[in-house]
Amino acid sequence: MEVLVILVPLALGLGLVGLLGFLWSLKSGQYDDLEGAAWRAILDDEPAPERPPEGP
Amino acid sequence: MQATRDFSYYVKDLGSGLSHIDLAVEGVSCAGCMSKIERGLSAIPDVTLARVNLTDRRVALEWKEGALDPSRFIDRLAELGYKAYPFETVRAEAVEAENARFLLRCLGVAAFATMNVMMLSVPVWSGTTDMIPAQRDFFHWLSALIALPAAAYAGQPFFRSAYRALSTGNVNMDVPISIGVILALAMSVVETLRHAEHTYFDAAIMLLTFLLVGRYLDQRMRLKTRAVAGNLAALKAETATKFITASEIAEVPVAAIHPGDIVLLRPGERCAVDGTVIEGRSEIDQSLITGETLYAAADHGTAVYAGSLNISGTLRVRVSAASEGTLLAEITRLLDNALQARSRYVRLADRASRLYAPVVHATALLTMIGWVLLGASWHDAVVTGIAVLIITCPCALGLAIPTVQTVASGAMFRAGVLLNSGDSIERLAEVDRIIFDKTGTLTLPDLEVVNLADIPADVLDLAGQLALASHHPVAAAVARASNSKSPLVGAIEEPGQGVRGQLGGKQLRLGRPSFCGAEQLVNAGGKLDPEASIVAFSLGEAKYLFCVRQGLRPDARAMISALQKRNIVVEILSGDREPAVRAVARALGIGEWRAGVTPSDKIAHIEDLKSQGFKVMMVGDGLNDAPSLAAAHVSMSPISAAHLSQATADLVFLGKPLAPVVAAIDFSRQALHLMRQNLWLAVGYNLLAVPIAISGVVTPLIAAAAMSGSSLLVMLNALRARRVAHGRA
Repeated sequence: MEVLVILVPLALGLGLVGLLGFLWSLKSGQYDDLEGAAWRAILDDEPAPERPPEGP
Repeated sequence: MQATRDFSYYVKDLGSGLSHIDLAVEGVSCAGCMSKIERGLSAIPDVTLARVNLTDRRVALEWKEGALDPSRFIDRLAELGYKAYPFETVRAEAVEAENARFLLRCLGVAAFATMNVMMLSVPVWSGTTDMIPAQRDFFHWLSALIALPAAAYAGQPFFRSAYRALSTGNVNMDVPISIGVILALAMSVVETLRHAEHTYFDAAIMLLTFLLVGRYLDQRMRLKTRAVAGNLAALKAETATKFITASEIAEVPVAAIHPGDIVLLRPGERCAVDGTVIEGRSEIDQSLITGETLYAAADHGTAVYAGSLNISGTLRVRVSAASEGTLLAEITRLLDNALQARSRYVRLADRASRLYAPVVHATALLTMIGWVLLGASWHDAVVTGIAVLIITCPCALGLAIPTVQTVASGAMFRAGVLLNSGDSIERLAEVDRIIFDKTGTLTLPDLEVVNLADIPADVLDLAGQLALASHHPVAAAVARASNSKSPLVGAIEEPGQGVRGQLGGKQLRLGRPSFCGAEQLVNAGGKLDPEASIVAFSLGEAKYLFCVRQGLRPDARAMISALQKRNIVVEILSGDREPAVRAVARALGIGEWRAGVTPSDKIAHIEDLKSQGFKVMMVGDGLNDAPSLAAAHVSMSPISAAHLSQATADLVFLGKPLAPVVAAIDFSRQALHLMRQNLWLAVGYNLLAVPIAISGVVTPLIAAAAMSGSSLLVMLNALRARRVAHGRA
């Protein structure tokens, strides 16, 4: 049963990683457009038009 | 004078040389539209970001500062076939969006905690025989470590709301929830310290998770309505022609106009601001404000209100602050009074919890006292009492109403009805009497030609071509009726008279009967509609008359009888003149009607009906209807309504037909039925579970299973609100 000392913190750690991932995705606005995101996944990519590099 | 469009008001400077604008776009419904718009806009040089939000139907655009004019994006979208307009997030929507995010964060934390506590609880439940007490204590401590901080964070929405209610001396659903969660956690900590077998960390945190699902769904529904309403407001594209110098004009969004500015109002334009005429002379149509369809004269000193339609001459208007107008001030005063009365309505959920909380708390207390009297130790009695609280915690009760509301509002949304407030579904379902305003509600806001059958098609086409040269609303109605696309070349408009032109050597005239030499025809034609405006058309020697008036909504008759079939009494209250109201009432088969009613008369009538026990719904669009919309039990406005009315109404319906009104009633009745059913399901579950809890044999496993089972049942039942059962009235 000593294995619990490793397994339990490991399981909790994994859960915590999942939670942090969720909070991060929420913060970065990934839930703002659920319908659009669903469609974007199956849209055909087209060669992106040449754009000037962004930033200052 | 050609006005330029100036959207600089909406452009945000992001710093680092980039500008940002949000556009509301009409008709974006699929992935194809999304990629078409994004490609079309990205192709413009210097655009650095073009991203469509398909949920909110909006486009976010960023470009190099100063390189582009925002009106170019709108033109580009128009070329692609989409109507777009700059959009500004109103504060109410921003608040709702922030709330929704907070609830989702809480839900994430609570769901994480539930899963992990469950991971620890399942071994404890199943390993009772071969688990040594030290291991069990270890698992309990770990559960406490997860559940306590998670509950402290994720429980905030409930704790705050319960505190607010208690500090004003009320009880709402969140009070028993908060008490239950806090007691369950406290007892579990004590039990852990005593090395006991059972703790309820899992039940407490699972309860929060389920309830947060309900809260979040409810919030999403409100957010979606706000977003759609915000888009519709933006797409009305209300602009005004403002004098930027004494002689120079620019078309600016209404939001950028301030009191004291001077705006130009041309014939055929709808006034977007409140103000006073300082120059010019015209007739204005104030039907959106007063319900009166006769035109009023306007010249120096006349007050005009947003929503008035300018008919004949050009006016200069000095913009006044909203409260200066006497009519508006009066309406605002009536509105404030009516809204206060409205806030006294107690929602079904709160009514349920007012009954529920005392019963549950009394049961828990009696259980405790009972066990002490029966000789149990104080500790065991308290644990059993708290177990009763946990098992009766209104998990299903908290989901019973928001889930139905969410599903029903989605169904209504597809039927063309938007909800302004969540509890309006309950109130709408109880309606047994509907009062319609006439102008703009039973009739369409635009004029239409009513005697098309009397006019040959080729004549109509010519008249339409000539009409396109004029801005007069009556001419616009003729042009719409004819479907003509190309205006007649060389047509000349004579203000106040009509338009004339030449075609193949023949003189064409459209306008006042005297302008076309058709007075005899008017005098001779005894069977002309007395309510219609008459416009004459002469083609050489041949003369024709068009009768133009506000037409009824296409399905008005069928929908009124559908309402009557549902045992709802229908009535018309209008500010318009008697003959006009009588004609509409007769055409629709409505027996009860009143004409020439003032805003305060309308309220008095509604109060009278309310005191007789009727549940009154008011359907109206005018500014003069706003107070009565607020006074009624529930209210509805068409999307073409005046701002104030739309903001006051509980529901807003889209499009020309009246069918959404009937659909909304059907869906709301179905929804109320399901809400009640759900509450009974929750009560039924309690009747089963409470005896087990009182007898003191409840284990955390039973609590968890019962809680999730009843929640699922209630959610599944709510899905039935998507469809209205046939045969139900």
